[in-house]
Amino acid sequence: MNVLDIKDLTVEFPSRKSVFVAVDDVDMSVEAGKVLGVVGESGAGKSTVGNAVIGLLQEPGHIAGGEIFLHGKRIDNLSYKEKRLLRGRKIGMIFQDPLTSLDPLQTVESQLVETIRTHLPLSAKDAQKRAVELIDSVGIPDPEERIKQYPHQFSGGMRQRVVIALALCAEPELVIADEPTTALDVSIQAQILELMKKLCEERNVAMLVITHDMGVIADITDHVAVMYHGDLVEYGETTQVLGAPKHPYTQSLISAVPRPDVKVDRFPVVNYIEKAGTPQKHIDISTHWLGKSRDYEQVAGPLVQIRDLDMRFEVRGSIFPSQRKYFQAVKKVSFDIEQGETFGVVGESGSGKSTIARLITGLYHPTGGSILFGKTELTSLTNRKDVLAMRRQMQMIFQDPFSSLNARMRVRDIIAEPIKFHKLASSNAEVRQIVDDLLDHVGLGAQAGQKFPHEFSGGQRQRISIARALATRPRFLICDEPTSALDVSIQAQILNLLKDLQQELGLTMLFISHDLAVIRQMCNRIGVMRNGELCEVSDCDELFEHPKHPYTRELLDLMPSLELLSRANLETV
Amino acid sequence: MPYVSNEEAKAAVQDRSGHQVAPGRLSKVFDSDMFHSFLRSKVTVVAAIGTFILFMLAFLAPWVAPHNPFDLASISILDARVPPVWMEYADPRFLLGTDDQGRDLLSGIFYGMRISLIVGFCSVVAAAVIGITLGLVAGYMGGRVDTVIMRIADVQLTFPAILIALLIDGIAAGIFGGVDREIFAFYILIVSLALSFWVQYARTVRGSTMVEKNKEYVQAARVIGIPSVIIMARHILPNVMGPVMVIATINLALAIVTEATLSFLGVGMPPTQPSLGTLIAVGNDFLYSGEWWIAIFPGLALALLVLNVNLLGDWLRDALNPKLR
Amino acid sequence: MIGFATRRLIQAMIVMLVVALLAFTMFRFVGDPINQMVGIETSIEEREALRERLGLNDPIPVQFLRFVTNAAQFDFGTSYQFRQPVSELFAKRIPATLELSFTSALFALVVGIPMGIYAGLNRESPVSKFFLSVSLIGISLPTFFIGILLIFLFSVTLQWLPSFGRGDTVQIGSWWTTGFLTISGLKALILPSITLGLYQMTLIMRLIRAEMLEVIRTDYIKFARARGLPDRLVNFRHALKNTLVPVITITGLQLGAIIAFATITETVFNWPGMGLMFLQAVQNVDIPIMSAYLLLTAFLFVAINFIVDILYFYIDPRLRVGRP
Repeated sequence: MNVLDIKDLTVEFPSRKSVFVAVDDVDMSVEAGKVLGVVGESGAGKSTVGNAVIGLLQEPGHIAGGEIFLHGKRIDNLSYKEKRLLRGRKIGMIFQDPLTSLDPLQTVESQLVETIRTHLPLSAKDAQKRAVELIDSVGIPDPEERIKQYPHQFSGGMRQRVVIALALCAEPELVIADEPTTALDVSIQAQILELMKKLCEERNVAMLVITHDMGVIADITDHVAVMYHGDLVEYGETTQVLGAPKHPYTQSLISAVPRPDVKVDRFPVVNYIEKAGTPQKHIDISTHWLGKSRDYEQVAGPLVQIRDLDMRFEVRGSIFPSQRKYFQAVKKVSFDIEQGETFGVVGESGSGKSTIARLITGLYHPTGGSILFGKTELTSLTNRKDVLAMRRQMQMIFQDPFSSLNARMRVRDIIAEPIKFHKLASSNAEVRQIVDDLLDHVGLGAQAGQKFPHEFSGGQRQRISIARALATRPRFLICDEPTSALDVSIQAQILNLLKDLQQELGLTMLFISHDLAVIRQMCNRIGVMRNGELCEVSDCDELFEHPKHPYTRELLDLMPSLELLSRANLETV
Repeated sequence: MPYVSNEEAKAAVQDRSGHQVAPGRLSKVFDSDMFHSFLRSKVTVVAAIGTFILFMLAFLAPWVAPHNPFDLASISILDARVPPVWMEYADPRFLLGTDDQGRDLLSGIFYGMRISLIVGFCSVVAAAVIGITLGLVAGYMGGRVDTVIMRIADVQLTFPAILIALLIDGIAAGIFGGVDREIFAFYILIVSLALSFWVQYARTVRGSTMVEKNKEYVQAARVIGIPSVIIMARHILPNVMGPVMVIATINLALAIVTEATLSFLGVGMPPTQPSLGTLIAVGNDFLYSGEWWIAIFPGLALALLVLNVNLLGDWLRDALNPKLR
Repeated sequence: MIGFATRRLIQAMIVMLVVALLAFTMFRFVGDPINQMVGIETSIEEREALRERLGLNDPIPVQFLRFVTNAAQFDFGTSYQFRQPVSELFAKRIPATLELSFTSALFALVVGIPMGIYAGLNRESPVSKFFLSVSLIGISLPTFFIGILLIFLFSVTLQWLPSFGRGDTVQIGSWWTTGFLTISGLKALILPSITLGLYQMTLIMRLIRAEMLEVIRTDYIKFARARGLPDRLVNFRHALKNTLVPVITITGLQLGAIIAFATITETVFNWPGMGLMFLQAVQNVDIPIMSAYLLLTAFLFVAINFIVDILYFYIDPRLRVGRP
C-alpha cells in the first residue's frame, strides 16, 4: 500500500494581477521504504508539492484542487491542529540549509527531547535516551557528549545529520527532504545521501526527495517525477525515466546535464525553457572592434605564470602580533596557464579556488609569491597607469547573476562603463554601437540595453556579465563558478557561449568550478585544490582516467554516477 | 556556496513577470507593487494628504494665514488671551483665540510650523550628508578609518540626541558669550541637530555598504579598474539609498520633535522667531490660569504634523523591507 | 568569561576617557573659567594669581590628568552660578532623578514587553493594530507635550494629582531622600513617570514586535513548525528567546536614554533632579555643572551597557562556547 498518494493536486498563489498556478493537476505516490524524487528547474513547483503535503504552504498559497492521502486517509482538508499533530509524528521534514534550520540558542538535546515529547508519551529520561540513540543512528560520533552541544559547534554536514535525526525522532511514515544536500560539499553530499537511503530502508519509511540535481535522483531514488512550470511532465521508475526519457522536456533536460564520463564538443541546445540566444546579427570578428583583442603583443611561453602564491587572511585582529589569528586560504600554489587554453581549477568550498581568481585580478593582494602575466609581474605593480593597463587585459565573470550587476544602472550603461573608463572608443556614438554589437553577440539583442538588470532571468544576466567582461577587449578571462547558480538547461547555453567566444576571440581562460563534470567539458588542463593547496595538475582526460593524487580519486569516486542517464542527443568528441 | 536557493528561484520567477519598479517611468510607477501598497493602506493615503496640507499651510503661511503675527502694527495688547471662537468672550476675528500679546494663534501656528519645518529639513539634510559620507567611507575602506569613525559613533550613540543638542547649544552659548544669541539660534539649532542625528545614517549606510561592497557588481567594477571614489558614488550610493530614505523620513519627525523640545526648554528658537515649541513654552505659563489654548493648540498642531510624517515613514519602511512582504 | 568581561571593561574605560576629554575640553576652553569665577572688579594681578593657583597655566596634559583624577574622586570643581562644589549640588539631586527614572523604566518594561510580544505573534489581529496605532501616537507626541496634557487633565482640570515637585520625602542615610515612602511622594511620582516612560514603552513595544516578525520568518522556526511542535513552544521557547538578544541591547540603550530624557520631564514638572539643574546650567553657561553632568550620565550609560553585554553572554551560547 502506498504511504503517500497525491491526486490531481493544484496549488495556486493569487497575486494582485493574476493567479499563479504553482502546481497544476499533479499525481504521484510513494511506497514504504521507497524514495520518490521530484526533479525540476527553478519555478517548476517542486518545493510547493512538499509544502502542500506537510501543510506549510506560504501565504497566500493554497490548495485549489485535488486530494492528498497518507495511508489512505485524506490529510489535505484537516484542521490546523490535526495537521500540526501530523507534522513530525507522521511526516518528517528535512530542510535545505542545515546552518539555519536549528535554533542557535538551544542545545541539540533540548530540541530533540522537546520534539520527541511533543509526539510520544515518554518521560524526560526516556526521551533523552531516545535522543542519544537517534544521534548515534545518524552517525554522529560520541553521541552522549555531542548531544549537549549547541548547533554552532557542529559542522555543516553534522548539522544536517542532526536535522535528519529531528525529522525521524517520532518514527514518521513519510519524510520529505527539500534539497537536502544542495548546500553541502560533494564529499559530504554523498555521505548524507547514503545515510538517508539507509535510514529509509531500515525504518521502512517512505521518502519524498525534492531536488534540482539529476545526480541525487540517479543516486538514491526508486521513482522520479519530472516537473516543469507546475506540470508533471514525466513520472515513472528512475531507471526508465533517466535511461529512456519520453517527454521532450525530460530528454533535453537530461542531455543538458554535464557528465564526467563523456566529453562533448557542444551541449545540446535546450529550446524548451528559454529561447537559446543566438547572435541575431552576424559580426565578422576579424574586422570588428572586438577582434582587436587579438592584437596584443604575443608572449613566448605561458600567458600566466604563478609561483609560490600565498594568501592569508586575518581572522582575529589584535594589537599584539602574537594574538592575531590567520586563515591560510592559498598555500604555495604554482601553475602556468598557456595562451589560448582553458585552465580549470576544481575544489570544494573553502579550498581557495576563488581566492586565486581574486589574487590574479588584483582584488586581493597576495601575502607572498609572484604572478607573471606576459612579461609583467603583477604583484609589484605600483604605477596606476600600468595597473589599469593590466586590468584591461583580464576580466572576470562572477558566480551570482543576481548580485553581479548593479541594479540601479541600465544594461547599456553597465556595459559602456568599462569602454568609457578605459577610453577604448572615440565617441559616444561609437560606444553605443559597440554596446549594441556586444549585446547582439552574446545573444540578447541590442534592445536589451535600455532595460534594467532585474528585467532579465539568471541566464540572461550572466550573458550581460559576459558582455561587460568583453567590453575591455581582454585577452584573459577568469570565470568563477559562472554557471553554478543556474539551472542545467541554462548552464548548457552559457557554457556553449563561453566556448564559442573563446574560439572567436582567441581568449585564454581560467575556469573555476566545484563541479567536476562541468570542468571536464570546458577545460584543457585541470588543477585540483584542497585546503589552499594545489594537489595535482594534469591534462583533462588524464585526470579523469588516471587520477594520481588520492584526493582526486576520492572526489571522482564521490561523484554521483550518471551512467543511468540516456546518451541520446550527445555529440561526443 | 554554489547552489540555487529558493529565494533566488522565487526572485527569478518574480522577475520574469516583471513586477518591480523601473525608475523614471511614470506608468510603471503607478503600476508598481509599491504604489499599490500605498493605495491599499488607507491610513497612509490620509497621512500623505495630511502631510501635504500641513506642509502647504506652513510654507504658504504669509498668504494663507489670516493675520501676520510679526506685523507689530496690526497687533494690539488689548486682544491678548482671547479664547477660541466657541467659548465665551471670544472674538470672531481669532478662530483659535490669541496669545498673551494679542497675536492670532492660528496664524502663529502656521508661521511656527514653517520655522519648525525649515529647521527640520535643514538639519535632516545636513545630518544625512555627514552621515552618508562617513558611513560610505567607513564601510568601504574598513580597517582603521572604519574603527575611528565607528568608535566616535558608538560613543555618541550612548547619549540621546536631545542631550547632545543641549550640550552643543550650551557650548555655543559659551563661545558666543556676549553676542546676541537670537541671530545665531537658527544655525546653532541646525548644527546641534545635525551633529546629533548623523550617527544613524552613518551606521545604516556603513552596514549596507559593507554588504554591497562584497557583492559581485562592485568587484566587477574593481576588476575594470574604476577608482574607489567613483565606485562609492556611482555604484554603492544608489544601492544604499533605500534605507536612507526611511531614516530621513523618520528623522524629519524626530528633528521636529527635538527642535520643539529644545525651544520649549528655552534653548532653541527665541520668542522673536517662534517655532511650535516656542509657542508651547510661552503658552505653558498660562496653563494654570485657565488659558489652556495658548499651549494646547500649537501642541496639537505639532503632534498632528509629526504623526503624519511618522505614518509615512512607517509605511515606507515596511514597503521597502522585502522581508516583510 | 573573564577575558570577555575584561575586554568589555577596557572598552568601557576608553569610552569614559573620551568623554572625559570632551568634558575637559569644554571646561577648559569654552569661555575663560577665570572670568566666570570672579567679578568684574577683580584686578588683572588677582586673576593671574587665581589662574596660577588653579593650575590653569600648567601644560594641558597635566591639567587633563588632574581633571581625570579629581573627577574620579567626584570633585568636579565649583559651580559658577551657585558658588558651591558641583558634587554637593549633584548629591542633593541624584536621588530625585534616579527614583523617577527607575519608576519610568519599570513602567516601560512591564507594559511594553507584553504588548510587543502580543503584537508580534498576532500580526493581523485588531488588538495589535490598536497597539500599533497607540504606539505611533506615543512616538509622535513630544515628551514635554504629553506632560503638559497630563498636567492640564489631571492637575488643572480634575485636580487629582500634583503638577510639580516630589511631594514629601523621607531622608535615608546621610544624603539619600526618597519619595517612595509617603503618599504625597508616590502621588507626585505618577504623572512624571508616565510622561517619561511612555516614549520608551512604545519604542520597546515596537522593537519587540519587529524582532518577533523577523525571527518568525527564519528557517529554524519553520523547521520547528514542521516538526509539529505546539505553537506555545515555538513562540516562546524558540522565537521569543531569539528575539531577546537584539532587544536587550536596545532596551539597555533606552533605559540609559531615560536618564537623559528626564531633563525634559523634570522641567515640565519642576522635579528637583539633576536634569533640571543641568538645563539651568546650559541656560546660564555653568560649564562645571555641564561637564559633570556629561561625565555622570556617560558613566551610567557605560555601566548599563556593560551589564547588557554580560547578559548577552549568558543568553547566547555562540559567545559562551567556542567552536570545536
